[in-house]
Amino acid sequence: MSVAVAQKVRIEGVTKRFGAVDALNGIDLTLGDNEFVSVVGASGCGKSTLLSIIAGLEDPTSGTVTMDGHDVLGPGRDRGVVFQQATLLPWLTARGNVEFALRGEGLSAGERRTRAQEALEQVGLAGFGDAYPSQLSGGMQQRVALARSLSYGPSVLLMDEPFGALDALTRRTMQEWLTEVWEHHRMTVMLITHDIEEAVYTSDRVVVMSPRPGRIRQEFDIDLPRPRHPEMIATPEFQHVVREILALIHQGDVD
Amino acid sequence: MTSNPTTTMTAPTATTTRTAARRRRPVQAPRLSRAAYASTAVVAFVVLVAVWWLLTALGTVKPIFLPSPAAVAQAVLEQATNGQLWGDLGASVYRVMAGYLLAVVMALPLGVLTGALPRVEAALEPLMDFIRYMPVVAFVPLTIIWVGTGDAQKFLIIWLGTFFQLVLMVSDAVRTVPVAYQNLGATLGLSRMQILLRIVFLASAPRVWDALRICLGWAWTWVVVAELVAATTGMGYRITVGQRYLATDLIIGYVIVLGALGLIFDQIMRRAGQAIFRYERSAR
Ligand SMILES: Nc1ncnc2c1ncn2[C@@H]1O[C@H](COP(=O)(O)OP(=O)(O)O)[C@@H](O)[C@H]1O
Ligand SMILES: [Mg+2]
Repeated sequence: MSVAVAQKVRIEGVTKRFGAVDALNGIDLTLGDNEFVSVVGASGCGKSTLLSIIAGLEDPTSGTVTMDGHDVLGPGRDRGVVFQQATLLPWLTARGNVEFALRGEGLSAGERRTRAQEALEQVGLAGFGDAYPSQLSGGMQQRVALARSLSYGPSVLLMDEPFGALDALTRRTMQEWLTEVWEHHRMTVMLITHDIEEAVYTSDRVVVMSPRPGRIRQEFDIDLPRPRHPEMIATPEFQHVVREILALIHQGDVD
Repeated sequence: MTSNPTTTMTAPTATTTRTAARRRRPVQAPRLSRAAYASTAVVAFVVLVAVWWLLTALGTVKPIFLPSPAAVAQAVLEQATNGQLWGDLGASVYRVMAGYLLAVVMALPLGVLTGALPRVEAALEPLMDFIRYMPVVAFVPLTIIWVGTGDAQKFLIIWLGTFFQLVLMVSDAVRTVPVAYQNLGATLGLSRMQILLRIVFLASAPRVWDALRICLGWAWTWVVVAELVAATTGMGYRITVGQRYLATDLIIGYVIVLGALGLIFDQIMRRAGQAIFRYERSAR
């Protein structure tokens, strides 16, 4: 089963300290080309910090992050980031927000508009291009944010609990939808979540982290067939992995 | 009393509890309709004028201290017909606009930089905090020595009274923009300057606009202060002339006109803000 996949992002010996807090300690992790990896773990175990370091928004205290063999020295358009809050610019329409991300691609205004419209279609919001963020639901805002990140074609997509602020029902829909979108346009994804089912459903691999200091506890390869569909969640194989991961996280709580 | 126990006792108790439960007032006072709001506001104005009129009609207060509403209206009307009111108004509006716009143009970039760059903040904020607590009124004699009694001195007083406050308010507005917006800009490959101009400044714009509106109100106070001391035209100047001739009706009339003018400018800014920042209002 283990076909050697090309490595996209390589994290080696990454440590991050905030004063006395050991946010990350000796993290080694690789993200394969076009691989979907989820990171789960108790809150405060350094998931967001790890994502920020890969995004180039934070520097590691020690260790290195490379992408396609080159050191990551700062943020860049080769890595798209979706934050927990949609961070849409409120004065721009949904389409305007996507167009905003397309500035600097050397496109004409017309091309930008077409590309933005395509990206919105991709996330199922073709009819909402003229809506302002304040007029969209939380789930729709997050989809616009994803359209924005997809529009300029980064090769790695980093998502920090993108559905964390949504209600359970919307969240489930978004998970299914995200999986579908990804299965159509494969790319390297790192998804941070506190929802184990979300992690297992969407991912090729689930990384479990433990807190104080932030470390990688264990990695689980998810061998469920693709395309994934919601009925899989009820299967014993699926629930078995979910229970295993949960047990590992709770074990961390005790000791 | 004891002969008629439970039956009559329980029934009314049950009803009262139920009505009491139904009548419990909501924690938040209910919002008024526009019409109800407007009519309440108008009534409050009318009551004030009525009390004023009553005090003068009954002779409780001498006209030299408090003339009747009619006398005040008469005085203002006279000034309007002989043209003096318009001259005074024009002079004051011009001074307010010049001094205020000067402060705005200077405070906007400085406020943005102060809010965005810790080094600039450290250099300017404690300093400005200190200066803004120096009473502007006390600068009036100094400004006269510096630039004389012409329009420049009025501009300077208005500028002193609004510039420092504005810088601090704008920098506060900039600082409240969530860091997530800056991170977004960085991941989109924008430079720090681009993030500041294209994201942070625009994100802070609604709060900056509020600051501009509040400062415009203050500018009106400062122009009158400056005109009271040294001027040959303007609303404040006319009020000092009124004092010389004990023309209380004219003084009160001008004060009311000033109040109305402030209100009008404030409403214009408010409406403009609502139009510009329409996007903030959810249509859900
Ligand atoms: N900018 C910061 N300054 C100080 N401490 C921080 C900062 N960011 C994160 N931390 C600390 O680092 C640890 C990991 O945080 P974070 O990466 O946000 O965890 P998670 O996303 O898994 O909840 C926490 O203890 C948090 O308090
Ligand atoms: Mg987090």
